Amino acid sequence: MKLLEFLRGERKKTASVAKERLQIIVAHQRSQRDQPDYMPMLERELLEVIRRYVKVDQDAINISLDRDEDCSVLELNVTLPRT
Amino acid sequence: MAKIIVVTSGKGGVGKTTSAAAIATGLALRGKKTVVIDFDVGLRNLDLIMGCERRVVYDLVNVIQGEAGLNQALIRDKRVDNLHILPASQTRDKDALTSEGVEKILDMLGKDFDYIICDSPAGIERGAQLAMYFADEAVVVTNPEVSSVRDSDRILGLLGSKTRRAERNQDPVKEHLLITRYNPSRVDDGDMLNLDDIQEILAIDLLGLIPESEAVLRASNQGIPVTHDAKSDAGQAYTDTVSRLLGEDVPLRFHEFQKKGLLSRMFGGGRR
Ligand SMILES: Nc1ncnc2c1ncn2[C@@H]1O[C@H](COP(=O)(O)OP(=O)(O)O)[C@@H](O)[C@H]1O
Ligand SMILES: [Mg+2]
Repeated sequence: MKLLEFLRGERKKTASVAKERLQIIVAHQRSQRDQPDYMPMLERELLEVIRRYVKVDQDAINISLDRDEDCSVLELNVTLPRT
Repeated sequence: MAKIIVVTSGKGGVGKTTSAAAIATGLALRGKKTVVIDFDVGLRNLDLIMGCERRVVYDLVNVIQGEAGLNQALIRDKRVDNLHILPASQTRDKDALTSEGVEKILDMLGKDFDYIICDSPAGIERGAQLAMYFADEAVVVTNPEVSSVRDSDRILGLLGSKTRRAERNQDPVKEHLLITRYNPSRVDDGDMLNLDDIQEILAIDLLGLIPESEAVLRASNQGIPVTHDAKSDAGQAYTDTVSRLLGEDVPLRFHEFQKKGLLSRMFGGGRR
């Protein structure tokens, strides 16, 4: 196997897959870092409410809080399935 | 005033205790008065790595609860002057550690020592947060593996928010990346995250790189921190790490795979 891969030079580099996954995970973690503690709970409950009306996946909802000097904006993105 | 350095990671089994023991030993060998504290209450093993398990009489919790004086609990290292170990309790439950108690002990130690090294338990809960709370600097131990890198990032989040320095708006805890169990041959094959990738993702300064090494098990078998094994790759890598901690500019070693000939590559001559 090793020899074949070596001659073909087509070995899939799992390390680059790991890197891509980590970049996404870490970006997500960092965006949540400065958020108030209630955000995960709020996200879960919002998802529940939406699911009463539309069938969406766990990761179809994206919620974030942007703080400006004099106000905060709660941004809610829901990807709805194609109908 | 002593410098307080926490050795932390989030994930368990990545080499925190190995590194805390090796770094503390290295600092003491450089003449710094050093104490290394085991914060892993209930699962202590720093004493084993330091080879002083039979001399443990009192522990951190005994001192906090006033059952023993600090000097009764501190164990002098047999091999290096200037090095002391403060063991964790084996039996008590985790709640026996209080923030006030830890602060009092660190204040007392701070008068006598140059460096206080805190060996953190795994996780991101109370024990790990207590170990990092009073730190001036943090050594974030990371393996070239997805889960370890992710946990290190979470720890970085805590260092920036759940420490005394963060809460008091002081200069932030100085964060250092220590990559351990690195296998250059697997990196070469494309099956292990490389040094630059890990550094790019975590975006903190690299303090050192410790290769995956047979010397580490030999060291823990004997209870002699691997820093003493001056011939070994891991021993030398920890010595370099300590020099950098002391502000010296030391080039990186052991991060490149020594290429073998075509034949041994074809027949799978991987390095152990
Ligand atoms: N550089 C290394 N090379 C080989 N084995 C290592 C290395 N660093 C740590 N280990 C091994 O990994 C295991 C966990 O190490 P330890 O220091 O106890 O981790 P932690 O304190 O983070 O749980 C131990 O068996 C140790 O011998
Ligand atoms: Mg440990």
